[in-house]
Amino acid sequence: MIVFAFYLFALSAIAGGFFTVVSRNPVHSVLWLILAFLSSAGLFVMLGAEFVAMLLIIVYVGAVAVLFLFVVMMLDVDFVALKAEMARYVPLAVMIGVVILMQLALAYGAWDTAEIASSQLAAPTPALDDIHNTAALGYLLYDQYFLLFQLAGLILLVAMVGAIVLTLRHRTDVKRQDVLAQMYRDPAKAMELRDVKPGQGL
Amino acid sequence: MMSADLATLAPEIVIALYAMAALVFAVYTRKDALAGSLLWVTAAVFVAVAVYLGFGRDTTTEAFGGLVVDDSFARFAKVIILLSAAAVLVMGQGYLAGRGLLRFEYPALIALAVVGMMVMVSAKNLMTLYMGLELQSLSLYVVASMRRDSLRSTEAGMKYFVLGALSSGLLLYGSSLVYGFAGTTQFDGIIAAAQGQAPLGLLFGLVFVASGLAFKVSAVPFHMWTPDVYEGSPAPVTAFFATAPKVAAVALFARVMHDAFGGIVGDWQQIVALLSLLSMFWGAIAAIGQTNIKRLLAYSSIAHMGFALMGLASGTEFGVSAMLIYMAIYVTMNVGTFAFVMLLERDGQLVTDISALHMYAMQAPGKALAVLALFFSLAGVPPFLGFFGKLYVLRAAYDGGLAWLAIAGVIASVIGAYYYLRIVYFMYFGKEQDDPIPSGGTLVNQGLVTGCGIAMLGGVLVLYYVEIPALAAAISLVQ
Repeated sequence: MIVFAFYLFALSAIAGGFFTVVSRNPVHSVLWLILAFLSSAGLFVMLGAEFVAMLLIIVYVGAVAVLFLFVVMMLDVDFVALKAEMARYVPLAVMIGVVILMQLALAYGAWDTAEIASSQLAAPTPALDDIHNTAALGYLLYDQYFLLFQLAGLILLVAMVGAIVLTLRHRTDVKRQDVLAQMYRDPAKAMELRDVKPGQGL
Repeated sequence: MMSADLATLAPEIVIALYAMAALVFAVYTRKDALAGSLLWVTAAVFVAVAVYLGFGRDTTTEAFGGLVVDDSFARFAKVIILLSAAAVLVMGQGYLAGRGLLRFEYPALIALAVVGMMVMVSAKNLMTLYMGLELQSLSLYVVASMRRDSLRSTEAGMKYFVLGALSSGLLLYGSSLVYGFAGTTQFDGIIAAAQGQAPLGLLFGLVFVASGLAFKVSAVPFHMWTPDVYEGSPAPVTAFFATAPKVAAVALFARVMHDAFGGIVGDWQQIVALLSLLSMFWGAIAAIGQTNIKRLLAYSSIAHMGFALMGLASGTEFGVSAMLIYMAIYVTMNVGTFAFVMLLERDGQLVTDISALHMYAMQAPGKALAVLALFFSLAGVPPFLGFFGKLYVLRAAYDGGLAWLAIAGVIASVIGAYYYLRIVYFMYFGKEQDDPIPSGGTLVNQGLVTGCGIAMLGGVLVLYYVEIPALAAAISLVQ
């Protein structure tokens, strides 16, 4: 049963990835991508990493893929023209593929680990009976690697400040809303009621 | 446990908190009108922290479960980083204010970049290293493209960002291979695992990590971004790029090589020696054809990185101390030189063409004399300070059994002397100019040019007092 589930998820992940690349309609591509993400999440669950699986669904399917969909539908990108250039990049793609294959060969074929490597692991995966793996990740992130977590926060702060510095422009030629000025306006001074007689005007 | 950890990292925490407080304060008060005073306050904070680090501590402490360490090597590098960042901050004020670039985010971003650099030189773990590196780089990408209406500045930021991301990718890939071998990202774990004959996978990891770091120190063949980024960024930002981040990157390089890969010195020694050789020669040869002074200084910094790496390549304690002394001297020279570059203004525009320097000595004899000292020192002419820096690294390379590298260094230094001395020649014996550069500039920059010029001769007298802490720093690093 487990084996069957594995092959199901694995095949649909590969199919999703393949059709993301080849499908003619960009909207279909995004939908295939979502399928690939969902199947990968299934594979993670089978590995016992349910937290990562949920993260994949919430972050990638919920946010990133939907953002892609918005971009694809809202921006007027000529995908036919982009597709036409695909043939030019095939050699590059093949080269990258070969590099990845060689990396896999290195990892599975000729990989040496130091003899003391297994005793040095900083955070070996705890047994599922002892602690939930979400809780285990939480301990790592907020306790052992508290400093790194805070540094990541600083990096995000810099990213935010940078985005503001580089894009925010205060234009002086437009009228802006001043809430306080609006609230403190005196209605008695701001308008005046006139009784206009018919046929006379002001 | 927690309070001891926080106390160890107090300098970084103080600066990070200061940066955030300054941002919030400026947003809610007068915004960019405050930027000038914020610049000075930030510089004062840097100097205060540098003084505390220089005199207030003398132990080696690890914190946060060994993620960071506070030893004399880290302190030495941090003091140089903080002081040079402070000097560069204050010298940019006039330039930035004149071009409407004086925004309150600038000092805050520089402060956060400095926090990143301090984390880098203290890192005891590959993950801490990466976090520090990204914090520093991300702030630098932003300040590089701060001048949004200039196409060149935007291009500089973009180029720096893309190539920086690529180098981070290389570094991360290398780190993952090293982790796969050693089973830990902790430096003391890696050094325990990587002893004797290094297997192929570890070598791959080492090469990728070294390439990623070489990008950050802009060593040939990973230097392509340097001239364009130096030319495109606003001058004060260029001055910053040429000083503090270089010190941080070189110190980080030494930290990783000795602390993590100290058991396989022979394997990385040849990589660093090759980087050093190529940088020295390419920096010297490619600068000859340059007419833009910012590009010229970019190639000059590449050549100087080559010399600093020569100290590291020797793989000895003395080599590391020579490298630290070299970086301290290099930073002093560059602060003076860039303060001078910012003085070259005509009608509010920066003049970067070196042909404008013809007969500059007639206009400003005092400054020309200081610049003469600076450029002689950059070229490595005795008895100026730069000569002694070169002497230290050459001796380190010779003692470390790399006599060929030392000889190549001398040849490259002679080639490089040509373009430094050419500028001095222009200033004193050049053609008559119809439209000479007026003598002027802010008081701070004039003071820095003069001060650094005097330091090129006077510094020789105090060199001994830099040598002692540098050697102590090297001993704390090399076990």
